[in-house]
Amino acid sequence: MAFEGLSEKLNAAFKRLRGKGRLTENDVREAMREVRLALLEADVSYKVVKEFVATVTERSVGTDVLDSLTPAQQVVKIVNEELTNLMGGGTAKLAFANNGPTIVMMVGLQGAGKTTTTAKLAGYMKKFHSKRPLLAACDVYRPAAIEQLKVVGGQLNLPVFEEGQGDPVKIAENALRYARDHGNDLVFLDTAGRLHVDEALMDELKRMKATVHPNEILLVVDAMTGQDAVNAASAFDEALGIDGVVLTKLDGDARGGAALSIKAATGKPIKFVGTGEKLDMIEPFHPDRMASRILGMGDMLSFIEKA
Amino acid sequence: MGFFDKLKKITSNLFSGFTEADEAFFEELEETLIMADLGVDAATDAVEKLRTKVRKEHLQSQEAVREGLREILMAEMEVGDTAMKLDTKPSVCIFIGVNGVGKTTSIGKIAASLKKQGKRVMLCAADTFRAAAADQLEIWAERAGCEIVRQYEGADPGAVLFDALQAAKARNVDVVLCDTAGRLHNKANLMAELAKLSKIIDRECPGCDRETLLVLDATTGQNGLIQARTFKETAGLTGIVLTKLDGTAKGGIVIAIARELGVPVKFAGVGEGIDDLKPFDAEDYVKAII
Ligand SMILES: Nc1nc2c(ncn2[C@@H]2O[C@H](COP(=O)(O)OP(=O)(O)OP(=O)(O)O)[C@@H](O)[C@H]2O)c(=O)[nH]1
Ligand SMILES: Nc1nc2c(ncn2[C@@H]2O[C@H](COP(=O)(O)OP(=O)(O)OP(=O)(O)O)[C@@H](O)[C@H]2O)c(=O)[nH]1
Ligand SMILES: [Mg+2]
Ligand SMILES: [Mg+2]
Repeated sequence: MAFEGLSEKLNAAFKRLRGKGRLTENDVREAMREVRLALLEADVSYKVVKEFVATVTERSVGTDVLDSLTPAQQVVKIVNEELTNLMGGGTAKLAFANNGPTIVMMVGLQGAGKTTTTAKLAGYMKKFHSKRPLLAACDVYRPAAIEQLKVVGGQLNLPVFEEGQGDPVKIAENALRYARDHGNDLVFLDTAGRLHVDEALMDELKRMKATVHPNEILLVVDAMTGQDAVNAASAFDEALGIDGVVLTKLDGDARGGAALSIKAATGKPIKFVGTGEKLDMIEPFHPDRMASRILGMGDMLSFIEKA
Repeated sequence: MGFFDKLKKITSNLFSGFTEADEAFFEELEETLIMADLGVDAATDAVEKLRTKVRKEHLQSQEAVREGLREILMAEMEVGDTAMKLDTKPSVCIFIGVNGVGKTTSIGKIAASLKKQGKRVMLCAADTFRAAAADQLEIWAERAGCEIVRQYEGADPGAVLFDALQAAKARNVDVVLCDTAGRLHNKANLMAELAKLSKIIDRECPGCDRETLLVLDATTGQNGLIQARTFKETAGLTGIVLTKLDGTAKGGIVIAIARELGVPVKFAGVGEGIDDLKPFDAEDYVKAII
């Protein structure tokens, strides 16, 4: 029961429609049923799908079908452009501080990939931006979280600041002082995973933010996330005002509709993606690639894009 | 405003036409199910069944219709025993799943609960890949008050399991709980490793009671079905541990999994503490969705 590419489904929906000319409202409506299904299967949030389909319908009705395309391809082209637009706008950059160390706070739900991504990003910044990162162990709850950060830090030859199971906010403060004293120009705060509905733990993050004034707060999100992505991301954004998102575990075969949901719900850009467990497996985010992934149609799209 | 409040408003606004409210009602119902991650197929199918049931049984009140849908969903989930069968000595329960879902934590919780039942429990740290995985499991072994067999990082997982099974037999252990590294189901080499672990159990403890539990994060969307399909093919599955139900995610993909693959949910994870694991209760679960 492998996923049928959207183009096949659309072609089927357009079987009766031979001609070129203009897309009528009826044609489009039929096609949109398939688009809607594809997006839901990709885990795009139900409400986002609704809005998206409305936008695309409006844009499609009355469009001329290009000579080189079938009507189905024409619709896919429009869908793809809208998706890419929606997810775009971000650059894979961190806002570096003008003076003093840049502080990056990593936050997210349990098991999303924060600790791994902390190490990956630090390694990336060291390699491509000649930074001298420090990793700070602010997860004092999860069993062996500090040890884990020390191991991944050690694998990349990066210093790790830890003070055992103290107050995470104090640890963050002290890490910052340590960085100033030791010439580290970039500090990553690895925080504990938490639920967005856990008030005490969300408060802890707010206090941390108010105390160390991070330059970037990055929300780490698992690419396999379903409909709940919007709830979680909105809650983190409302509590903290996140600056961007890192989408992890894209080496799996999840279609990653969460990317679209989160961007639509928070307006915050996806900056990086994690593509494996190894510590060099991090890449800048490409909205166009993500669009074709969500639609489940890699090759087809590159053909249509050229048209 | 909850869905049924909305419905109440719709129906009370109409003087006679049940049909109109009916359609809106079924549509909203389907929406609720999709937003609970059942997926379009399972959601539309359940609502179709509900339409038939409503017609056949002449259900009218909102409460009756709601109850009708619950019954349908509960029936979908009735696909096998939700209790663990671990009676032989030793018996083996292996935990598998993608990265970060809660395998290691669930082992700690289940170890504690088996201990309480008077069993002698041993943990096996066959995740030798992830940074500090064995340290994490060791902390759980201490908390639960049970033994652990571990080796160095990077050791062969099969060798660790072999050691653990030998030790279990020698030390009169009742249950061995085996942790494995998180792995994405589309990585053939890592899946092959699971098949290997399974063979080691066959060889070392022939005829023993075995559970193979897929640990699934409740926030997982439609990919959960593909995960279950692939893990079932490779390792066989006797049940699911559905974790992180203490958040706002509903984990409805388990209903799609039950429908297609017949794998029952056995436990629900509801927090990070040692007592935050419950035997799965389909009725409670379905009530939380609808
Ligand atoms: N395949 C794959 N695995 C990943 C990726 N990023 C992280 N992981 C794995 O996901 C699991 C969880 O990662 P962690 O970094 O421990 O996640 P976390 O958010 O720090 O978890 P908590 O601190 O418990 O909340 C580990 O097994 C990682 O190896 C990725 O991009 N791809
Ligand atoms: N809120 C909540 N968190 C949970 C639950 N179960 C596990 N966690 C958390 O999820 C994170 C990942 O749990 P682990 O047990 O390390 O997951 P894992 O599957 O062993 O991860 P890998 O070995 O990296 O693949 C940790 O922060 C756990 O505390 C649960 O039921 N509820
Ligand atoms: Mg962590
Ligand atoms: Mg683990």
